[in-house]
Amino acid sequence: MSEITMAQALNEALRNSLRDDERVLVLGEDIGKLGGVFRITENLQEEFGPTRVFDTPLAESGIIGFSLGLALRGYRPVAEIQFDGFIYPSFNQVVSHVAKHRFRSRGRAPVPLVVRVPFAGGIGAAEHHSESPEAYFAHTAGLKVVVPATPLDAFDLLTQAISDPDPVFFFEPKSRYWAKEDAELGRDSLAIGNARVVKQGDACTLIAYGAMVPRCLETATAASEDGVEVEVIDLRSLVPFDLETCAKSVEKTGRAVVVHEAPLTAGFGAEVAASVAESAFLHLEAPILRVTGYDIPYPPAKVEEHYVPSVDRILGAIDRVLSF
Amino acid sequence: MIDGFENAVRLLDPSGRLDEKAAEALDLKEDDLLELFRLMLMTRRADLESTALQRQGELAVYPPLIGQEAAQVGSAYALEPGDFAFPSYRELGAALVKGVDLVDYLHFYRGTWHGGTYDPLEARFGMVAVPIASQILHAVGYAYGAKLDGSRDVSIAYFGDGATSQGDFHEGCNFAAVFGAPVVFFCQNNQWAISVPVSKQTVAPIYRKAEAYGFPGIRVDGNDVLATYLVTRQAMERARTEQVPTLIEAVTYRLGPHSTADDAGRYQPKEQVEQWRELDPLDRYRKFLTDRGLLTEEVKRGFDEDANKLAAHIRSGIVGAPPPDPGDLFEWVFAEKTKRLESQEKELLEEAGDQ
Repeated sequence: MSEITMAQALNEALRNSLRDDERVLVLGEDIGKLGGVFRITENLQEEFGPTRVFDTPLAESGIIGFSLGLALRGYRPVAEIQFDGFIYPSFNQVVSHVAKHRFRSRGRAPVPLVVRVPFAGGIGAAEHHSESPEAYFAHTAGLKVVVPATPLDAFDLLTQAISDPDPVFFFEPKSRYWAKEDAELGRDSLAIGNARVVKQGDACTLIAYGAMVPRCLETATAASEDGVEVEVIDLRSLVPFDLETCAKSVEKTGRAVVVHEAPLTAGFGAEVAASVAESAFLHLEAPILRVTGYDIPYPPAKVEEHYVPSVDRILGAIDRVLSF
Repeated sequence: MIDGFENAVRLLDPSGRLDEKAAEALDLKEDDLLELFRLMLMTRRADLESTALQRQGELAVYPPLIGQEAAQVGSAYALEPGDFAFPSYRELGAALVKGVDLVDYLHFYRGTWHGGTYDPLEARFGMVAVPIASQILHAVGYAYGAKLDGSRDVSIAYFGDGATSQGDFHEGCNFAAVFGAPVVFFCQNNQWAISVPVSKQTVAPIYRKAEAYGFPGIRVDGNDVLATYLVTRQAMERARTEQVPTLIEAVTYRLGPHSTADDAGRYQPKEQVEQWRELDPLDRYRKFLTDRGLLTEEVKRGFDEDANKLAAHIRSGIVGAPPPDPGDLFEWVFAEKTKRLESQEKELLEEAGDQ
């Protein structure tokens, strides 16, 4: 066991994949010599050379469309989009082609590729650097959407994503890049598509992903001080969505609160709440609540703490479902 | 006189006379010269048959290519078997040359299956790409992959004049130049993007845009099959041996509507259409071959028979073709069906079974 950050874990996953599979290529803006603005690709170009780890021109549609062509030729591109808010120019390539390629070709020409996206807020960044666009991708048939919350999961999930036969959008909670975990990489790895119960409890189920998982754990500790034991589920992937784990927990607790940073309306929390309600309706003691970002553009950094779900807001929601 | 041919490479003038000096670079034997005509004839026949099938309700929609046969056949004939073509949605002629079964191709327009049902990797011919210019980037990525493999494969991207307004055209050209991707950008400037003339798409001549990316741009008379073949062949070689991309602007004309749902009479000036009819690529090439004594009655009869056979093949494959099994709809979303898809498939099949 040793201490490792999520940034290091991701770097290690990329390194292992580059080493184990010569078809893997890592590309994006500033990911070569600089090692990426978050240093996730640090030293990889030096180690594997500029043919396998390379900078692209500054054009996101280009990065994704070009990656699709590489995938058709048999490569395994792992593209980095520098920030969440820069992914939109590639949307046509993603929705019209990447997501549909296997379907349109009746399985004959799949395009396995990974798109890594540092996402969400909480780091005091300027506009366009703190967004949570995951629901757009979860809403698009044919894409897997994966979000790690811990260094260990970041390593496992990215490793799996790179060898996955389907396109995977990999959202990295950038506020967690430097959080450390005592972990041995590659042990006890759980496949994409499985949620994980990260804390047991019986009063209420908190369902979250990415940076909201540690926020929910913090909330659980606070609730525990008041004698309320909540269960916390880390979704790990939005597509495939592990309804069974969520429903099983809610059958036990009778209450659920879904937490994410993305805005409320048509956010992934709506999908979770509706599906859990459909599956565990007779076990519910209260309506399923959502604690999310508001339906406003991501706010300026100086006031972002009012937007990102806080321990207090989540505690408030727990109170409401308990006293319903 | 029609504008737009300034600096265009031309081997055959509209009366079918060959510029012998310019033609010295041609590497075509008599068999090839005849094959080009056969392919153009079959393309026109297949295109007309497809329009007819749409009128009869057998295809949902069809975008005719009539007038662009030389541009498509000439360029596609310059490809080697390993080269990969990335079409837009009007490339039936290029598909034919590449050996794609046109029944499969036309299933896209029947609404049987998106993308056509052929195998794009085996055919080395991409699926129909409707979002304008999006396929250009795929051609560049594929070409770069071929270069990394150390292979001699080149890719070619087909698109129209309207596509040059899109960001993906710019990004594709720029990526290709920066990465030295062995790719040819083949623009069929057919003068119209649905109802908007090329003058409303761009002020600069299309072929000259290449200069800004740092690679050659060539304008060719797209109704001259020999010139189109020659410039494409040279561009493919440049890509293959020097990893230098080329932008080709094939100046041609869409003699039909944008699609069978369109009425070109509302915007194409009659005089313009008449002028371009005079430049019909088949007429020009037929004159050339006839003057050379190559197009004997016997050869003509054989070609007509081939065109008839192709039309019959298309008709028998498309008319009354059954829809796909609804169960197929869940088969290829992912490599493995998710639980959600399994339950949705069950729901659909139960509903379909009730009908």
